[in-house]
Amino acid sequence: MSEHIVKSYEQELTGLDDKISQMGGLAEQLVGEAFDSLASHNPARARATVASDATIDLLHRELEEQVILMIARRQPLANDLRQVISVLKVAGELERVGDLAKNVAKRAQAISGETHPKGLLTGLQHMTDLASRQLKDVLDAYVARNPERAMQVWRQDENLDAVYNSVFRELLTYMMEDPRNIGLCTHLLFVAKNLERIGDHTTNIAETVTYMTRGSLPEGERPKGDLTSSTLMSVPHR
Amino acid sequence: MDMRPDPLVMMTTQAPTHATLSAPTKVAAKNVNVFYGAKQALTNVSVEIPEKSVTAFIGPSGCGKSTFLRCINRMNDTVDSCRVEGLIQIDGKDIYDPALDPVQLRARVGMVFQKPNPFPKSVYDNVAYGPRIHGLSRSKAELDQIVEQSLRKASLWEEVKDRLSDSGTGLSGGQQQRLCIARTIAINPEIILMDEPCSALDPIATARIEELMEELRKNFTMIIVTHSMQQAARVSQRTAFFHLGILVETGSTSDIFTNPVDKRTQDYITGRFG
Amino acid sequence: MTDITAGGVSAPLRRVEFDTPAAKARLRGRYRSEARFKSYGIIALCIAATFLIALLASIFSRGIPGFFQHYLVTEVLVDAAKIDPQGKGDAATLRAGDYTAVARAALAEAVPGVEGRQMKKELNSLLSSGAGDALREQVIANPSLVGQRIKVPLLLADEADLFLKDSGTKLLVLSETRGIATPSAKTGEITILVGANDFADDIAVVKAELKALAASIDETVALRKERGATPESLDSLVKEAVELRRRYDAAATSETLDSKTASRLVAINGGIVKIKEMSPTSVKGEVILPLKSTDDAAPGTWGIRVYETPESNRNLNDLGVTFLEELKAKGLVESQFNFAFFTRGDSREAELAGIQGALVGSILTLLVTIGLCLPIGVLAAIYLEEFAPKNWITELIEININNLAAVPSIVFGLLGLAVFLNFFGMPRSAPLVGGLVLALLVLPTIIIASRAALKSVPPSIREAALGVGASKQQAVFHHVLPLAMPGIMTGTIIGMAHALGETAPLLMIGMVAFIVDVPSTLSQSATVLPVQIFLWSDLPEPAFKMKTAAAIMVLLAVLFVMNGLAIWLRKKFERRW
Repeated sequence: MSEHIVKSYEQELTGLDDKISQMGGLAEQLVGEAFDSLASHNPARARATVASDATIDLLHRELEEQVILMIARRQPLANDLRQVISVLKVAGELERVGDLAKNVAKRAQAISGETHPKGLLTGLQHMTDLASRQLKDVLDAYVARNPERAMQVWRQDENLDAVYNSVFRELLTYMMEDPRNIGLCTHLLFVAKNLERIGDHTTNIAETVTYMTRGSLPEGERPKGDLTSSTLMSVPHR
Repeated sequence: MDMRPDPLVMMTTQAPTHATLSAPTKVAAKNVNVFYGAKQALTNVSVEIPEKSVTAFIGPSGCGKSTFLRCINRMNDTVDSCRVEGLIQIDGKDIYDPALDPVQLRARVGMVFQKPNPFPKSVYDNVAYGPRIHGLSRSKAELDQIVEQSLRKASLWEEVKDRLSDSGTGLSGGQQQRLCIARTIAINPEIILMDEPCSALDPIATARIEELMEELRKNFTMIIVTHSMQQAARVSQRTAFFHLGILVETGSTSDIFTNPVDKRTQDYITGRFG
Repeated sequence: MTDITAGGVSAPLRRVEFDTPAAKARLRGRYRSEARFKSYGIIALCIAATFLIALLASIFSRGIPGFFQHYLVTEVLVDAAKIDPQGKGDAATLRAGDYTAVARAALAEAVPGVEGRQMKKELNSLLSSGAGDALREQVIANPSLVGQRIKVPLLLADEADLFLKDSGTKLLVLSETRGIATPSAKTGEITILVGANDFADDIAVVKAELKALAASIDETVALRKERGATPESLDSLVKEAVELRRRYDAAATSETLDSKTASRLVAINGGIVKIKEMSPTSVKGEVILPLKSTDDAAPGTWGIRVYETPESNRNLNDLGVTFLEELKAKGLVESQFNFAFFTRGDSREAELAGIQGALVGSILTLLVTIGLCLPIGVLAAIYLEEFAPKNWITELIEININNLAAVPSIVFGLLGLAVFLNFFGMPRSAPLVGGLVLALLVLPTIIIASRAALKSVPPSIREAALGVGASKQQAVFHHVLPLAMPGIMTGTIIGMAHALGETAPLLMIGMVAFIVDVPSTLSQSATVLPVQIFLWSDLPEPAFKMKTAAAIMVLLAVLFVMNGLAIWLRKKFERRW
C-alpha cells in the first residue's frame, strides 16, 4: 500500500494500530493475570489486576478521541475509513474484554478465602488458555490484516463454547452435590461466563478485521457451541 | 450484555439506494475515445448512467472527466481539434448521429459550469433567454411563469423576486450559480451536466447547491464532475472514477467510498496518489 | 512537517539578517535604486510634458488670435444709389449691389480729408474685399435697410488685422518742448518751418540709424562671403553700405528719409504730415491727414511720431498705419470673435478664409469611412474570431491584416489613385474617394481592435449561451457582440481619429486642391481639415500662419473629443466578469 501524500495522516493511522496492539497486549495480560490470581488465591495480585484495567480504559478513551478527531479532520474514505471505524470498534471490544477480566479478578478477590476442589479449576484454566489464544490470534490477524486468520478465530470460538458447556455442567453438578458450594460455584460460573464472553468478543474483533480488510462482513452464521442458555439440570428429588 | 448497535451492520445493510441501480439507463457510452489533435484524452470509456439520479465523475485533474462530460452535450464540438469516437446514446439514440443537431441536443442536455457565468443581463432575462430562443412560451405571462417556476425550482425565487430586473452579475457567487441552474432548468432539459459547480463557492453556498441537487434529482438526470470527494459522496448515488483518460471504476457511491474495488480508486480517494 | 533538506543536497540555510552592516548596505542600495527608478520615470514624464506644453503653447499662442478678427464698426449709409439704383428691391438686385462701395464710403467718412488716388487706394486697402459681405446678407434679410444709416462691423483686411493684433511697428510720440512750427499749407506737399534747430537731434538719430544699418549690411556681407558667395553677387550690398556711410558722414544740414529707416511724421494742427526731408530748421513732407489750418503751432501742441520699424520691413505702409491709428483713436476698431472662421470656405484672403469647407469635407469623408469600415470590419472580425476554422488560410489572412495596419498611409493613397480614380473613374478630390481610401487605411485597425474586443469577452459567456441551446450565431449576436461593443466602438473611434488626422493618402487622390465652396455631396470636390492645415501652412501671408494654428486647434479639439469619447465609452461599459 502506497503512502499517504499527507505524512501526518499516515502517522496518525499507524499510531492507531500501535495503540490497538498496546491495548490488545494489555487485555491478553489482564486475562492471564486474572485467572492466575484466582488460581493462586492471591487477593493482592487480584487487586493489582483490577487496578490495571484502568489503563485499558484510558487507552480506549484516547483512541476514541483520536478517531473522532481524525474523522473530523481527515474525513477518511475507503480503507482508511474502514480502518478508523474498525479501530473504534476493536478498541471497544478490547475495553469490554478488559472489563470482563477485571470482573474475573474481582471474583478472585471474593473467593480467595475459599478452598475449592482441585478439579474445578482445570476447566477454567483450559478456557482461559483458549480465550487468551483467541485474543492473541485475532490481534495478530488485525495487525497483519489477515482476514483468513481472523476467520479461523471466528470459527474456533466454538471450541471455547464447548469447554464452557462442560464447565457449566460441572459446576452445576457441584452445586447440586453440596449446597455449600453454591456461593463459590456461582462465582466460578460467572468467571466461566466471562471467559466465554471474551471469546465472543474475539469473534467480534475477527468480524471487524474481515470488514476492515475485505470491506464486507463474513458470510453465514458463526458456529456457536454455547448451549447453556437452553440447559436445565433439575435437582433430583431426594 | 453487549447490546450496542453495530454500526458496521447498519452501514452495509443501508447499502446503495437500490432504486437507482434498477432505474432505466438514460445515458449509455460504449467504447468512447476522445482525441485532442494527436493526444488521446479518453480511452474506451463505457458507462451507463441511470435516469433521475445523480452520477458523480471524480478523478485527478486532467483525467478526462470533464472531457467526457462535455461529450454528453457535444460541447466538445466547439473545440476544433477535438474528435470523438465510439457511441454515446441518450435514451438509446446515438447523439453523434449526423442527423442530430447539436444545438437541439444542448437544449435537452443542459449544462452548469465551474464558474458561475450568468449573462451580464437582468436576472429575468438570464432565465428567460433559453425559453425565448426555443420558443417555449406563447405569451409574456407564460414566460413570467416559466421564469418564476425555474427560479423557485432553483430555490432562488425568494431571494431575487424583488430584483428580477437587476443584473445577474450583481448576485453573490452562490446565487449566481443557482441562477445558472435556474437558467438551465428553464428549458426543461432531461439531463443536467454540472462541471465542478461548487468549486468557486463557499461551503454554505455549496450546501445550498447540494440541497438543490437533491431536490432536482427527482425530475432530472444529473451528472456532476467534482474534485471534492466528500461532495461526490454527499450528493451522488453513483460514482465513476476516471484516471489518465480511463474510466477505472463505476459503482454505487456507497461502495466506491467505503470499499472500492480498484486499487487506483482507493489510492485516489484516500489521498495516496503518487 | 517535511524536512526541507531531505532528499536534496543540504546547503547551509541562512536567515535574512537585518542588523549587519552588509544587510543595511543592501537595504540602502535597494532604497536608492528604487528612488533612482522613480526619478527616471518622473524625468521622462517631465520631458514628455515639456514637449507637449511647448507644442500646445506654441499652437495656442499663435492660434488663439486666429479666432479673433478686427472690424471697423461704424455707421454705414446703405446708399440706395449704390445698391438698388432702380429701386426694384428684389433679392437678386440686392445681392448684386455694390456693397464694397458702401463700405468704402463709410470708411472715407470715418477718415475724412483723404485725397489723391494713391492715398484713397491705400485707405480702401485697409478694408477686406469681403467687407461688404456681412452687410449684403443683412440687407437681403431686411431690404428696408436700404437708404438708412446702420451701424455694422466691416471686416478689415488681413494686413490691418495683423497690425492691430500685434503691431510689429513700435510707435513713438515725441512731443518734448520745441519751438513754434509753421506749416506752409493744409494739404499736399508742405514745408514746416521751426524757429530754432528743433530737428537737429532727430537728424542725429537718423544718422545713427544709417550707421547701424550699414554695420548690419557689412555683417551680412561677411557672412555671405564666409559661405562662399561670389563678390559680384555682393556688389549691390557693398555699394549700399558705402552709400549709407556717405550719408552718415555728410554734414548734418539736410537728410532725406526713405523706407529703410524709421518713418517720422509730424502731427500738427489736427493733421499728420509724413516727413520726406528734414533739415535742422524745417521739414518737407506730404500731408496724410489734412491740417485744419496753417496757423503757427505753439510749442507743446505739435510733435513728432516715429514708426520705428522701417516701412520696407512692414506689411502695412505709413499711410495704412496712420489711417489705422486714426481709426483706433476714434474708437471705431473692434476685435470680435471670428464666427466666420467656422462658416466660410477657403479663400485667398486670409481674413475671409474659414474651415467650414474642410470640416464638412472631413465629416463627409469620415461618414463614408465609418459607413464602410464599421460593418465590414466588425463582420470580418466576428467571422475570423468566432467562426473561421483555425487553419493556414485564416492565419495568412490574420498576418496580412496585421501587415496592412503597418503599411504607410501614402501607399493607400497610391492604391486609391490607381483603383478608384484611374480604374473606376471616380471623381477626383471627392469625399467619396477620400472616404474609401481612409476606409482601406482604417479597416485593419478596426478589425484588430474588434477582434481584441471579442477575444476579451470571456469564453464562459459563449459556453453559457451554448449550454442553454443557443446556436453559435445566437451566442455571438445575443451575448458576445453586445459585450464586445464598447471595445469595438473604442477601436472604431480611435481608428476614425486616425483617419481624421490623415493627410498623405488624400494628397494622392487630389483632395489637396484649393476649394472655396463648402461641399454638400459626396462626389463634390472637397478638402479635409489636415489637408487644409497643410495648404495654409504653405501660404506666404503671415495671417495664414495664425489661421493654420487656429485650424490645428480645431483639429486637436475634435481629436480630443473623439478620444475622450472613446475613453468614456470604455469606462462606462467596462465590465468585470
